[in-house]
Amino acid sequence: MGGNFTKRRDGRTEGKDAEGWQLGKAHRKIDAVDRMRGQLRYADDLKMPGMLHCKIVRSPHPHAKILNIDTDAILRMDGVHGVVTGKDFPTPYGVIPWTPDENALAVDKALHVGDGVAAIAAVSEDVANAAARALNIDYELLPAYFDPEEALVGEQINPYSRKGNLSKKVELEFGEVERELDAAHLVVEDRYFFEGSTHGAIEPHCAVANVEPNGVLTVWSATQVSHYLHRELAKVLDLPANRIRVIQPPLGGAFGGKSEPFDLEFCVAKLALQTGRPVKCLYTREEVFYSHRGRHPMRMDYRTGFDKDGKIVSVDAKTLIDGGAYSSFGLVTTYYSGQLLCAPYDFGAYRFNSKRVTTNKPACGPKRGHGSVQPRFAIECQIDKGAVALGIDPIELRRRNFIGRETQTINEFKIGSNGFLECLDKVEASSNWKERYGKMSFGKGLGVAGSTYISGTNYCIYPNEMPQAAVQISLDRSGRARIFSGANDIGQGSSTMLAVIASEELGLELADIRVVAADSDLCPVDLGAYSSRITLMVGNACVEAAKTLRKTVVKNVAASWEVPPKQVNLVRGMAVDMENPERSISLAEAFVIAETEEGMLSAVGNYGTRSDRHGEYRGGTIGASPAYSFTAHVAEVEVDEETGVVEVTNVWVAHDCGRALSPMIVEGQMEGSVYMGFGEALMEEHTINSEKNGVHNAPSLLDYRMPTFLDTPHIESHIVEEADAQGPYGAKEAGEGPLHPIIPAISNAIYDAVGIRLNKTPFSPPAVLAALAERKEREARGEIPPHKRASTGGQS
Amino acid sequence: MLRLPIFGTKSPTSLEELVAAMAQPGAHLVAGGTDLLPNLKHGLYEPKVLVSIDRVEELQHITWDEDASMLRIGTGVTLSQIAADNEIGARFPSLAKAAGLVASPLIRNMATIGGNINLDTRCRYVNQSEFWRSAIGGCLKSGGDVCHVVPKGRSCVAAMSSDCVPVLTSLGAQLGQVGPNGRRDLAMADYYSSDGIAHTRREAGEITAEVCIPIPTRDTAAQYAKWTVRKSIDFPLVSIAMNFELSGSGHDATIVAATICLGVLAARPKLLRADKLKGLRFSDAETAEVVGELCYAQGKTLDNVPYEAGYRRSMLRVFGKRAVGQLVKSR
Repeated sequence: MGGNFTKRRDGRTEGKDAEGWQLGKAHRKIDAVDRMRGQLRYADDLKMPGMLHCKIVRSPHPHAKILNIDTDAILRMDGVHGVVTGKDFPTPYGVIPWTPDENALAVDKALHVGDGVAAIAAVSEDVANAAARALNIDYELLPAYFDPEEALVGEQINPYSRKGNLSKKVELEFGEVERELDAAHLVVEDRYFFEGSTHGAIEPHCAVANVEPNGVLTVWSATQVSHYLHRELAKVLDLPANRIRVIQPPLGGAFGGKSEPFDLEFCVAKLALQTGRPVKCLYTREEVFYSHRGRHPMRMDYRTGFDKDGKIVSVDAKTLIDGGAYSSFGLVTTYYSGQLLCAPYDFGAYRFNSKRVTTNKPACGPKRGHGSVQPRFAIECQIDKGAVALGIDPIELRRRNFIGRETQTINEFKIGSNGFLECLDKVEASSNWKERYGKMSFGKGLGVAGSTYISGTNYCIYPNEMPQAAVQISLDRSGRARIFSGANDIGQGSSTMLAVIASEELGLELADIRVVAADSDLCPVDLGAYSSRITLMVGNACVEAAKTLRKTVVKNVAASWEVPPKQVNLVRGMAVDMENPERSISLAEAFVIAETEEGMLSAVGNYGTRSDRHGEYRGGTIGASPAYSFTAHVAEVEVDEETGVVEVTNVWVAHDCGRALSPMIVEGQMEGSVYMGFGEALMEEHTINSEKNGVHNAPSLLDYRMPTFLDTPHIESHIVEEADAQGPYGAKEAGEGPLHPIIPAISNAIYDAVGIRLNKTPFSPPAVLAALAERKEREARGEIPPHKRASTGGQS
Repeated sequence: MLRLPIFGTKSPTSLEELVAAMAQPGAHLVAGGTDLLPNLKHGLYEPKVLVSIDRVEELQHITWDEDASMLRIGTGVTLSQIAADNEIGARFPSLAKAAGLVASPLIRNMATIGGNINLDTRCRYVNQSEFWRSAIGGCLKSGGDVCHVVPKGRSCVAAMSSDCVPVLTSLGAQLGQVGPNGRRDLAMADYYSSDGIAHTRREAGEITAEVCIPIPTRDTAAQYAKWTVRKSIDFPLVSIAMNFELSGSGHDATIVAATICLGVLAARPKLLRADKLKGLRFSDAETAEVVGELCYAQGKTLDNVPYEAGYRRSMLRVFGKRAVGQLVKSR
């Protein structure tokens, strides 16, 4: 075993170091060594005797009625053990209980190219593939809609929809939007478009099912929401939940792309029940693109009113969301597209009108920064335009609109800690903004943007009064702790976070802590890895359990030493008498003392949703969070005037994650977020070809272009720690917030560089050239002065 | 995941055995396999047996045949070797550059120059899974009877996407083709046809054993320009190779002969008509402009590879011009 190590982090003050023995140190993730050595067993590494391989047969049509599926011929093929179709899964499901509009396999209609229609289990993948090719399916083609505007007036796509192709509509207004806009000194009005993008997790989805001898159906799945999968399996398979066990093996990334049940999990489960043999299904990369649930394309029409000092007096946001064929988290996405906009700036008045529309495309869903990355792009560009028009420095304008701490947004979300100003200070200083913004030569520029994000959501998907998170910890005489948690570690390090907390409280070395996570037979229920909820919610539950155990151990050791409990400390693997430091015993010995007195040492902790962090209006819980993170970015770009190529050379990111429990992991999240958003800004496009039957334009990692190391800018991360009363030791989130500002920061930097506004992602070279040509024409007509230079056409 | 079809393998250890193995029906050469294996997974071919050149020593040489004024490279030499070879870098910098720009380091460690010369043409409508192609009803190259790039076209316009082919063509390279009837040599300029389904004039049972590049006897300047969205991995979207024979090494040298070859247009690398460059002073800024203009005027891009054809064409002008500018600057 490589063991875990801890080391002091450079730059931390003595005072902070003295506070704890684990918090704030650089931790190696508890599974890092196994992962790097290739020893971690992912879902696809599971092999069982007699295991069958499942292949899902998919529709080559974007919208088609299924007339007949000739399964009999397939079942006669050598090596084929089972076939299931939509008829085997009549019960619809959906991760949001209000919108169950999806069957495990299409029942009557296929709704997009790649929609699952049948699934075959065979002795090998090759036999399953051959059977899939041979399976005869008769379709009747239906008109397909790829454009949301056309879909709104077209025939109903999803048979379960209640309002035609209008998937969800939300309209909320806070304050007098029109009146404030009328009175504004400046109104910036523009249209933005954010192209769809996908998660690009390196591990494709994979699931294995087996019916154990005792009749329990076990499903191993590369999921980030074991509990919702468990619930939907029970519902769709019509099995009691206590006959199903869901296990999440180590994951190779998720980013929101594995946050709901998928066809493969139901198919392997049903086929395992049918055949009595274990069944595995591993998606091809192409199938990952069809399952999608990535970032929604959004068209956003924004009007932003400013007073003469740059104060934002009113915001009107109108958003058209292309949802694809199924609801997925769409209800939440539609709310998030408006609800998450109201910080870090104080809006005088705010209205949003968001419409999500069903189309014949792979369904969109949650991707890192769910629902709020797109509107953040729009508002931060709006603010930049306002700053330029008013002649106010864009960082200064943002400071003037700072919403503050211990306050409330206009849509009644309670804000606690808020380190946004410090984030702005950090990126301003480290990018040398004051000396360089607006002063670099033509072609080079800086851009800034800010953002906020949630640390978990008060809205817990299905209404219930039970805890959102729970943790159980037990200690034993060997000097070790076992932590049982339902939380899904998807690579973000949530199991490490739990170990760090237990280690901090109990004084144990990280190596002496075992985390048993995301196994529904062994672990308490947790809602899963989404909305950046785990550190705050599961972390709080873990603190509670660990503190209870600490108290028990301390009490018993103190009693045996005949000293008051406050005199005993558990730290660095020992129980120590603080008044008499030469008296110490190992934690194993301390646990023996406690176990002798108390019996098994075990404790639980819970985290329940707070109900006082949001407004009382309908939808007020959706997007409301116990605590908010804040981020600021400055991006530096070079724009090639002849090729339109944008080079992002540097990114400075400052993120207020509250107390950083594991700063190295926080930095990893910040850098990963910048990388991911940078790819969306410059090159990624998840689109279909409407001229060619709705086929995906780039269903491979060759054609769907995600940046390589060579493309990625230099990233400088600054952690800002504004402890929040709601978080464990003051911790907030770090996994999603740091993505948001990069896209508008790049757009704003392009403006500083060459004077063009890129209102549509990605900022591709042809788009840049077109905008440059348009600007030159306007300059030539005398409508606008040349940007940063004496005349147009010159070479930078 | 995508599965490979079932096939046999052979690893002959001599050129003679290799040629014999390739004479078997259904034999398919694997010269690195970095493009072949994905294509097999996509069901583009179904070979009975894959014959590897990997263990054939006779294909592993880089020989400077000064007597014949020829650089001879065995086709089993990897792109990494060519990119890292100091002498090739010094004497044929455009070749070293092109080889070093193919895909990624790991792929270049496997991929060979022979494989890159015989790289199959590529198209956004072909290099997809069988399922995907079935959703558009196939095409001329893959089980259908239409072309999705040129809707009324009757011949396949899949794009020659090798980085090394335009460079080798611009350098006047010859290929040594070895088959059951012995060796024949032909100019690379004559090796390719405009049929995207069978874009080389490789004869049945024949393998490309050697590529021979004439060592220039007078001052030359050669360059390769490539543009892709990403700085690694991608096949070229803009691909220009140029080679100028100059009247001397001084600042006032004029162009004696110019060979400019464009890739990624259609199935055949495009040799430009460049007579008007003769006699122009190489270092004149105007010369670079003329080269850019030639590339643009004669380089017709199509929507066969996944990027906007109009943009790719306008970039031929920019990258053509810049390539000359870089050469002038480095002289």
